[in-house]
Amino acid sequence: MNVEVLSMKTGAELALAEAYAAAKGKLPGDGKIVALREAAFQQFEAAGLPSWRVEQWHYTDLRSLIRDVRPLAGVADAAAKARAKDAGRLVGDIDARRIVFVDGVFAPELSDLEKLSPGLTIRPMAQALASGDPLVLDNLGKVVPAEREGVIALNTALMRDGALIHVAKGATVEHPIHLVFAATGDKPSSVFTRSLVIIEQGARAMIVESHDAAAGHHVNTAIEMVVGDKAHVDHIKITAGPDDLVHVSSLMAAVGANARLNDFTFNIGGGVVRNQLFVRFDGDATVASLRGASLLKGKQHADTTLVADHKARGCQSREVFASVLDGESRGVFQGKIIVRPHAQKTDAKMMTRSLLLSETAEADSKPELEIFADDVQCGHGATAGALDEDLKFYLMARGIPENEAESLLVQAFIGEAIEGIEHAGLRDALMEHVVAWLRARGS
Amino acid sequence: MLEVKNLHVTVDGKQILNGLDLVVNKGEVHAIMGPNGSGKSTLSYVMAGKPGYEATEGQILLDGENLLELEPDERAAKGLFLAFQYPLEIPGVATMTFLRTALNAQRKARGEAEHTTPEFLKLVRDAAAKLEINQDMLRRGVNVGFSGGEKKRNEILQMALLQPRLCVLDETDSGLDIDALKIVSEGVNRLRSPDRSMIVITHYQRLLDHIVPDVVHVLSRGRIVKTGGKALALELEAKGYAEFQDEAALAS
Repeated sequence: MNVEVLSMKTGAELALAEAYAAAKGKLPGDGKIVALREAAFQQFEAAGLPSWRVEQWHYTDLRSLIRDVRPLAGVADAAAKARAKDAGRLVGDIDARRIVFVDGVFAPELSDLEKLSPGLTIRPMAQALASGDPLVLDNLGKVVPAEREGVIALNTALMRDGALIHVAKGATVEHPIHLVFAATGDKPSSVFTRSLVIIEQGARAMIVESHDAAAGHHVNTAIEMVVGDKAHVDHIKITAGPDDLVHVSSLMAAVGANARLNDFTFNIGGGVVRNQLFVRFDGDATVASLRGASLLKGKQHADTTLVADHKARGCQSREVFASVLDGESRGVFQGKIIVRPHAQKTDAKMMTRSLLLSETAEADSKPELEIFADDVQCGHGATAGALDEDLKFYLMARGIPENEAESLLVQAFIGEAIEGIEHAGLRDALMEHVVAWLRARGS
Repeated sequence: MLEVKNLHVTVDGKQILNGLDLVVNKGEVHAIMGPNGSGKSTLSYVMAGKPGYEATEGQILLDGENLLELEPDERAAKGLFLAFQYPLEIPGVATMTFLRTALNAQRKARGEAEHTTPEFLKLVRDAAAKLEINQDMLRRGVNVGFSGGEKKRNEILQMALLQPRLCVLDETDSGLDIDALKIVSEGVNRLRSPDRSMIVITHYQRLLDHIVPDVVHVLSRGRIVKTGGKALALELEAKGYAEFQDEAALAS
C-alpha cells in the first residue's frame, strides 16, 4: 500500500516559492527553458524539501536541516572575487584551465577561455540558456531523469549559471578543466549552479570541480554528464567550506559503450554536505569507478548517496568510499547497484569503510543490490571501526607519539582511497588536505 | 642499566607475572628462557607499555627512571626497543616514512636535531644493505607482503637505526630458517656494545648459539626461577623445562 504523506509546507519551502516567483522573470532563458523551469518548480512543489520519510534521504532530513532559506545570491563584489582566487587553490597548483564562478555566476576576469584546444567548447551556462543552445535544449534535465528528486528539480527551476562543456568526437583535452565554484560573498546566500558536460565518442577529458564557500551559504549544484562510446572521462569533485555551509550536489551521468569513467568525490568541510551520484550504464563493456573520501569533524554531516544503474552488458563498476569521522560528526553512505534484466555479465562491487576517531561519531551505511539478471558478479561490503590499537602500539613502540601515530594510520586509510585518482598532482593536493586536517586535529 | 623489581602484571584480570626481579647491567646480554605461558612475552609487552598489560605492583627502572610511568613512545625515546615476535603489517604507511618518522620523533624527544634527507637515506641504505634488505622492500608498506624472515630483518633494521640502549628481542628466532637466523643474529651481534644491553627472549637454545648471552634466566609461572651462565641454556635444551615448572609450582 502506498500512502502519500502530505505535509504542511515549511517556512523554507514557502520562502523558496517566493524566491522563485520573484526571480523567474530575471533568470536566463526563455521559451523552452522557462517551461523547463516551470515544470521543475511544480515538481519541487509536489515533492517539497526531502525529509527522512523519503528513503533516499532517510539520514539527511533536509526539511528539518534547512530552517531558513538564504536569499538568492546577488552580484558578486570585488571582495568575493578576491576570495574566489584563493578558492581555486583547493586543488593545489596543478596545470589546469580554470573557469571560475563566484556566488554562482561566471567570472570572466578570473577565468581562462583563451586558446581552447581543438574540439573543446566551453560556454557559461547562463549564456547557453539565454541563447537556447541546442546542446542545452537537447540534454539538460534529460541525461538521467531523477524522478521525484526535489533538490534537482529545485536546481533546474533556479539554475543561474555554470559550465557547458563539449568535447568533440575523438578530441583529447590535455589539461584538466577546473571548475572553481566559490560561494564567497559576504552575505549568506543561496546559490544554484548547473553544468552540462558532453564528451563525444572516443574523446578524452578531465573535469575537476572545486567548491568552497564563505560563512552561511546554501549551495545547490548539479552537473549532467554525457559520456560517449569509447570516451574516457575523469571527474573529481572537492568540497570544502565552513561549518554552517549547506552543500547539496547531484551528478547525473549517462555512459556509452566501451567507455571509462573515473569519478572521485572528496569532502573536507561543510556543515551539511550531500553528494548524490546517479550513473547509468547505457552501453556495453564500460568500466567505471566511483570513489570518494570524506574527513569530518565537529558536528559535520556528510551523505553520499549513489545509484549505479547497469542497463548494458558486461560493464564493470567499482564503488569505493572511505570516511574518517571525528568529534560528533556523522557520515552516511547509501549505495545502490541496479542490474537490469539484459545487463548480463555485469561485474559490480561496492565497498564502504568508516574509521571512527571518537566515541561520539556515527557512521551509517546502506548498500543495496537490485539484480534482475542471472549471470552477474556483484557484491558489497561495509566496515566501520576505530583505529587498530595494535598498529598504534607498534608505531608508538618505535617512538612515534600517539597523535602522530594516529595521523599516519589515518593517512594510510585515506591514502588507499585517493590512490584511485590517476592525476598525481591532484593526489598530492588531496593528501596535503588530509595532512592539514590531521594537523588541525592534533593541535 | 635495567632493574625490574617485584613486578606483578595482570592481563585481562589474569595474573601473569608474580614478583619478577631482574637486573641487567650495561653492556650485558641476558637470555630469558622458559616454557610456553611462563610470561616471556608479557614481560616484553609490559616493558614496552602495551595497553592491557597492567603492572599492579613493582617497578621497571631504566637508569633509575620508572618506565611504567611513561607512554610507549616516551619509553622508546629513552632508549628502549622491543623487537616484536610478530611484527605488524601497516598497509599504506611506507617503510621509509615509518623509519623516518620514528627516528626523527625520537631525536626530537631527546632534543636532538632531525636528520636531513641525505643523512637519513644514507643511514637507511647502509643499515639495510647489511641485513640484505633491498630497496623494493623499503618502498613497500611497513612489513606488507614480507615473509616471516623479512619481517624479523626489518625489526633489526629499525633497531640498528634507532640505536637503543636496551634491546628486548621477543622470540626473534621464531619462524626463521637457518639462513635468516644467521643474518638476524649477525645483525644483532653487530649492535652489541659496552653501552648497550640486550634481553633475548627465546623458547629454544638454538638462537643462543648465534647470540651468545652473558647470563641465562629461566622464567616459569611469572618469575625468574633460576639464573646461570650460558651453560644453563644447554642444560635446558637437554632436560626440558619440566623441572622448573615444578619448582615454580612449589614456590607459588
